[in-house]
Amino acid sequence: MTARRVNDWLEQELLDDWHVIADLESMEVGIDRRTKLFGVDLVATVFATSEIRVERPDTGRSVASQKKYGFLWASLGSPDRDVVEISEAREVDRHLVTGGSIAVNVSGLRLVENFLDMGHFPFIHTDYLGVEPHTEVPPYSVEISSDDELWTRDCRFFQPVASPTAKGGFMVDYVYRVIRPYTVSLYKSNPNQQERMDSIYLFVQPVDEENCVAHPYLCYLKDGIDEATVRWFMQLIFAQDKPILENQFPKRLPLDPRAETPIRADASSVFYRRWLRSHKINYGAITAAG
Amino acid sequence: MITLYDYELSGNCYKLRLFMSMLDIEYEVIAVDFYPGKEHKSEWFLEINPLGQLPVLEDNGFVLRDAQAILIYLASKYDAGGKWYPTDQPQTLGDISQWLAFADSITSTSSAARLHDGLFYDFDIEACRAGAHRLFRIFDEHLWFAEKQNRNWICPGDHPTIADIACFPYVILSEEGGISRQDYPAIRRWTDRVKRIPGFVVMSGVFPAGPAFKAAG
Repeated sequence: MTARRVNDWLEQELLDDWHVIADLESMEVGIDRRTKLFGVDLVATVFATSEIRVERPDTGRSVASQKKYGFLWASLGSPDRDVVEISEAREVDRHLVTGGSIAVNVSGLRLVENFLDMGHFPFIHTDYLGVEPHTEVPPYSVEISSDDELWTRDCRFFQPVASPTAKGGFMVDYVYRVIRPYTVSLYKSNPNQQERMDSIYLFVQPVDEENCVAHPYLCYLKDGIDEATVRWFMQLIFAQDKPILENQFPKRLPLDPRAETPIRADASSVFYRRWLRSHKINYGAITAAG
Repeated sequence: MITLYDYELSGNCYKLRLFMSMLDIEYEVIAVDFYPGKEHKSEWFLEINPLGQLPVLEDNGFVLRDAQAILIYLASKYDAGGKWYPTDQPQTLGDISQWLAFADSITSTSSAARLHDGLFYDFDIEACRAGAHRLFRIFDEHLWFAEKQNRNWICPGDHPTIADIACFPYVILSEEGGISRQDYPAIRRWTDRVKRIPGFVVMSGVFPAGPAFKAAG
């Protein structure tokens, strides 16, 4: 039996791109890790020599793989660009840690969209990233950069506990950036050095169209905080989102502009869906009519 | 001062945070990087608990592991009214112990399913879910018959016991392991009652009771 060719149904941009498939810290030498990427079974192995192999059982062939930022990356196609460049990863005064990969039963595109949304902070992340009555999302700007990334700037939100080191609530500045269809990052004011930003990258592994794994990468200033606490806070917040995400319906992201009714605070979501349409991304989405 | 060696997403750690909040006990937390750091298997932690498991509680030099054991200790020492673990009532104590063991069975099924689905643990997921449903069916019947006798809680008496605290977390988190509670109405009513115990706190993935509480209270 011949395996179905992935690029018969997967957009070339996704096929040829790099995707995180595991946190290396959670893998053990010689023990196979089974996972899926775009519905394709993969078996990843780390050898004692620290070499890696990622194999497709359906074809018996290896796929492109590499280690970077503490993650194992794979591509089902022929990568024509490298893994996302993270400039903060060169700054020595930052913790650079994987946040703890968590599987979520929803399309990865829904995960990216939720990551961009500030409106839910007071209701889902109550007493941490928001609190009633501070529910207003002030207007912010959204633009597509010259290198075709989606940037959301001038975001401000009142947060009671913006970060594990925050001592009391303050207006936090945010910048969001959609780098690739399944990759998004945010930059937010550090509570101790408010002129500098902590950043979080979310690499979303599309397991299939309705399942994904969130692989967060955290770049926090070391000032007054240890690694375990950085991870603690990320998982605390993410696990609050998880049941909400898993109860979204439909599980795939509708791209038709008439499918859901946005308000002004949803501008980043509207732009993200439009940007996905312009990239002709349909994997994990419900395609726009016409 | 009490110190809790804690992991945010652990239901067994949540039992203790929940109970200490209900008893209004002050404590400090040491966050253990359980996932992905496996700090509970690290040398320093194994010196505290050679089993390599969370939670562990330390109270002025006294170190205790195992969530159920810690609930007994906290109730016996800090619940002045003696209602959560009534040491003068042999039958209730037997009942509580029976349900503490039941809580451990919920952990090895419902919690295991959640670890499989969310954190990639290599468990037999169908066996975990079937095991949890079997327990939930028994639990639901037990609670239904209790309600018929005008009882709100797992064990007889008009006050909740540590058995309610021990069983709550991995029941309320079951959907993260693909275990629906739709078919267990008595369990659902009981979880709502637990959420309305004064001092109740949530953890990530657990939601507070609806506003009916405030209106009624």
